[in-house]
Amino acid sequence: MISFNSIAELVELAQKANCPISQIVIQWEMENNFVAEEKQRAMMLKNWQVMEESLKRGLKNYEKSVSGLTGGDAVKLYAYRQQGYTGEAVLSAAASAVGVSEVNAVMGRIVACPTAGSCGIVPAAIYAAAEKNGNNIDEIVDALFTASGIGMVVEANASIAGAYGGCQAECGTAAGMAAGALVQLAGGAPEIVGNAVALAIKNLLGLACDPVAGLVEVPCVKRNGFIAVHAMVAADMAMAGVQSVIPVDDVIDAMNRIGRSMPSSIKETAEGGLATTKTGLRLTKEIFGK
Amino acid sequence: MRGVFDIVGPVMIGPSSSHTAGAARLGLMAGKILGERVVKAEILLHGSFAQTYRGHGTDKALLGGIMGFEPEDERLRDALEIARDKGIEYSFSPVDIPEAHPNTAVLMLTGEKGRTVRVEGASIGGGNIRISQIGDFEVHLTGKYPALVVVHRDRPGVVNKITTIIARYGINIAYMKLSRKNRGQEAMMILETDDELTGEMIEDCSAVPEIIKAFAIPSIRGRE
Repeated sequence: MISFNSIAELVELAQKANCPISQIVIQWEMENNFVAEEKQRAMMLKNWQVMEESLKRGLKNYEKSVSGLTGGDAVKLYAYRQQGYTGEAVLSAAASAVGVSEVNAVMGRIVACPTAGSCGIVPAAIYAAAEKNGNNIDEIVDALFTASGIGMVVEANASIAGAYGGCQAECGTAAGMAAGALVQLAGGAPEIVGNAVALAIKNLLGLACDPVAGLVEVPCVKRNGFIAVHAMVAADMAMAGVQSVIPVDDVIDAMNRIGRSMPSSIKETAEGGLATTKTGLRLTKEIFGK
Repeated sequence: MRGVFDIVGPVMIGPSSSHTAGAARLGLMAGKILGERVVKAEILLHGSFAQTYRGHGTDKALLGGIMGFEPEDERLRDALEIARDKGIEYSFSPVDIPEAHPNTAVLMLTGEKGRTVRVEGASIGGGNIRISQIGDFEVHLTGKYPALVVVHRDRPGVVNKITTIIARYGINIAYMKLSRKNRGQEAMMILETDDELTGEMIEDCSAVPEIIKAFAIPSIRGRE
């Protein structure tokens, strides 16, 4: 029976079996939830198809959300992608992540990954990586299993809910998931996956969840764009051989302790941070009329 | 540890897993508990649900769920219009329930055959839900498993009779809860099972003399 409670264990299992992390994750799901590999692959493929649809829809989205706070920025960024400092690949990924998140805000169909608030990060980063590497659909599906395994460990040892751990728990976890997936898509070994997760999460520790009016829009939508790029940089650093001094499971432990010590005002309550700025309060009043 | 598809997934209509997907699931469960086509829905919203329901589409998700729409159904967006077209009467009002979870809703539904039901539940994060009350009974239902609800007289041996019937159909019980109003009076047992329940089995349960009524609530984890 396969069991893992840390990224180190996940990496070790993959090393011993001489397989990618995704295969260990699939094995775990088979043994624990009795879902055959073939069926798991079909389910994950469906998830990817929804991700891809939401990404493409996002890049054409002009619709504003119900609150009117977001909508149309993915289109602007995508149109600018060849002019920016960071290059087309980076800006396309940022635009894609913003787009998925805008689709979420207009009540479109997305895949929670790990949450709805962070739904743009993993699809955008994987889409950009697959374009660059020429990965096929099976490799993309495998990378999503690796991403999920990473999220499972974070969820078990810290949290993936903004209400418990702030935004580091949602977008931070998504960044770790995406960075790990990108290393696998680039052909990196399991230990490099672990290192990428450490680098990605470490540099988002303490991130507040303080959305204006309590809605999954400001700062969430644009943040998805920033963090998709953050995940790509983490994967690049790890592939370049840069080591995280603090190992990945220690980083997740830090994330857990930081999440617990963050005040509840910046954990999805809309009682602090950006939500209670002068502008945040004015917008809240305009949206809910009180 | 949560499963692979709890982390990458579920497929859902945005914007919020707790305020939209979870709300749709609450509606879906309430609709299944009613067990007939809804003609009237009075919905009370507590806490964060009452504060932010418009911005999150919580109202649309609850009503859509009641009409049988899954959390990933794009019709959720237009649920209010669809309900009006179907002639379903609905209302949303704020309520303050002491010590309730911040994302709690009370759904009072009337069916086309006149059946009424009051269901209280909360969206507890990540799209997961917990039904805490059906009518006067305290329950604990997640919708992850098919459930058998049996209202019966509080007498010795009733649990044994029901579990014997379930065993005869080769169905495994995952979780079970028994509650009653007062000793010897009306009681309720809820059994969550690993397999879907058949109409035949429900009939067998209903035929037990102490049983007042028995009905099944299918699981709402049927995505794919």
